[in-house]
Amino acid sequence: MLPPARAEAQITRLIREDWGRILASLVSSIGDYALAEDSLQDAVVEALGRWSDTGLPRNPDAWLITVARRKALDRLRRSETAARKAPDLVLWLEGLGDAAEDAPMLIPDHRLELIFTCCHPALEEKSRVALTLRALGGLTTEEIASAFVDTPAAMAARLTRAKKKLRAAGVPFKLPEMEDLHARLDGVLKVIYLIFNEGSHASSGTLSRADLVAEAIRLGRILKGLLPDHAEITGLIALMLLTDSRRLARTDAGGSFVTLEDQNRARWDRAKIAEGAGLVEQALTAGPPGPYALQAAISALHAQAPTFASTDWPQIVALYGALARLDPNPIIRINQAVALSYAEGPAPALALLDAVAEAQDLSRYQPLHASRADLLSRLARHDEAAQSYRAAIALARAPEQVDFLTRRLNALDTP
Amino acid sequence: MQYMCLIYSQEGSGPQPGTDEFGPFMQGYTDFTQRMKDEGKLIAGDALQPVATATTVVTRNGKSEMVDGPFAETKEQLGGYYLLECQNLDEALACAAQIPTVTYGRIEVRPLLVWD
Repeated sequence: MLPPARAEAQITRLIREDWGRILASLVSSIGDYALAEDSLQDAVVEALGRWSDTGLPRNPDAWLITVARRKALDRLRRSETAARKAPDLVLWLEGLGDAAEDAPMLIPDHRLELIFTCCHPALEEKSRVALTLRALGGLTTEEIASAFVDTPAAMAARLTRAKKKLRAAGVPFKLPEMEDLHARLDGVLKVIYLIFNEGSHASSGTLSRADLVAEAIRLGRILKGLLPDHAEITGLIALMLLTDSRRLARTDAGGSFVTLEDQNRARWDRAKIAEGAGLVEQALTAGPPGPYALQAAISALHAQAPTFASTDWPQIVALYGALARLDPNPIIRINQAVALSYAEGPAPALALLDAVAEAQDLSRYQPLHASRADLLSRLARHDEAAQSYRAAIALARAPEQVDFLTRRLNALDTP
Repeated sequence: MQYMCLIYSQEGSGPQPGTDEFGPFMQGYTDFTQRMKDEGKLIAGDALQPVATATTVVTRNGKSEMVDGPFAETKEQLGGYYLLECQNLDEALACAAQIPTVTYGRIEVRPLLVWD
């Protein structure tokens, strides 16, 4: 027998991997998300106790589902109102009888329904992210709380509210209708991307950045497996892989932020780049590209350039143009201007930036001032550059940003 | 499940009586109501008269007060409702999205509380 701590770790890892699939199957048969999750949690507690002594059962997933169903029946019997409201469910669960716990069982995959339920527009965005991490990632409340820098109590309350809303408002456990699928899928992709960004920028908490990043990519892959014909999913996975490929090069030894221009390209993960670039190709050839595919294509061009200078800047400018037509966010036009500065020079780029600033009020938009400052400094207009850097610093919120911009400002004085 | 669809809009916005758009707009409501009836979803539905006709009643510490006007002076006001019988929230939301006022106002969809 493995020493208890090792056994528990092995069991926990196995359960965590299969959690989404097991939970989805339970929600589908029990029909109530909260009851399914609570019952599965009860079963896991029993598993942790028993398996350490007896070893893993032949079919651990089947074991967990069988025991969870019994726990669900126990819970229904303990609550008079719950049993009264779900007589058919009680009958069905009683009818299951005493099946052998680890008898082999065909477990259909209901994770797609589960993802769409967790990402339902009836829930506010933060709750969708939290519930997805809980239901499909199998993360504990503490882990999710730390990812958001929330207290576990606040996160527990949020999850409880979300589960209550699912039941009270009658959110169905099923795939959206064809006419709603595209919009609902966009919502799911957004949740996955939010999890990825949370992991890329998370600066504190016991859950490391890498865990959330890996979780987001894993969810993306699961989604792609379940909906193979939707190119935007491929685009999102590509974007996440390519962005993550640069993770080690993004900060220096002191923890300061390093720009793309200054990154040591030898620290980029070539395996992720190769896979990401392949997926970009897949996504772009599948039809008119969506925003994730376009962002991924831009990222791939950076990833494949041997140096900053030799990057295919004109192609990046064109891709930002295509992206801007899909997404009115000003940061896209600003990034396009920066790319233009390397494709054609800082002067035409500054003209584009001024045009963007004229089209809408960006006076409180830090990236605008930061980019202006950079272009002005490259045009040797140092006084104006300094002004823009100061404006950017005043608007910057993250300490790493302030630090980076201040260094740039100070560097202006150097002849 | 029964869902209340509460129709909110700014008074005076949307197609007004006497304009060309008003006829088709009202027809939209008639068509929607008929469709809900045909699909077995309609329990009730009515338009309310404008907030100028509203009176609000409050009793505190045994003292009753009547105030001329709606419960709150908000930009958007309650203009009508539908009470629909639907399978689940998605079905209720899909119905609410067909209520003509949705294009310039807002529809709140809330399930009824069922007492055991």
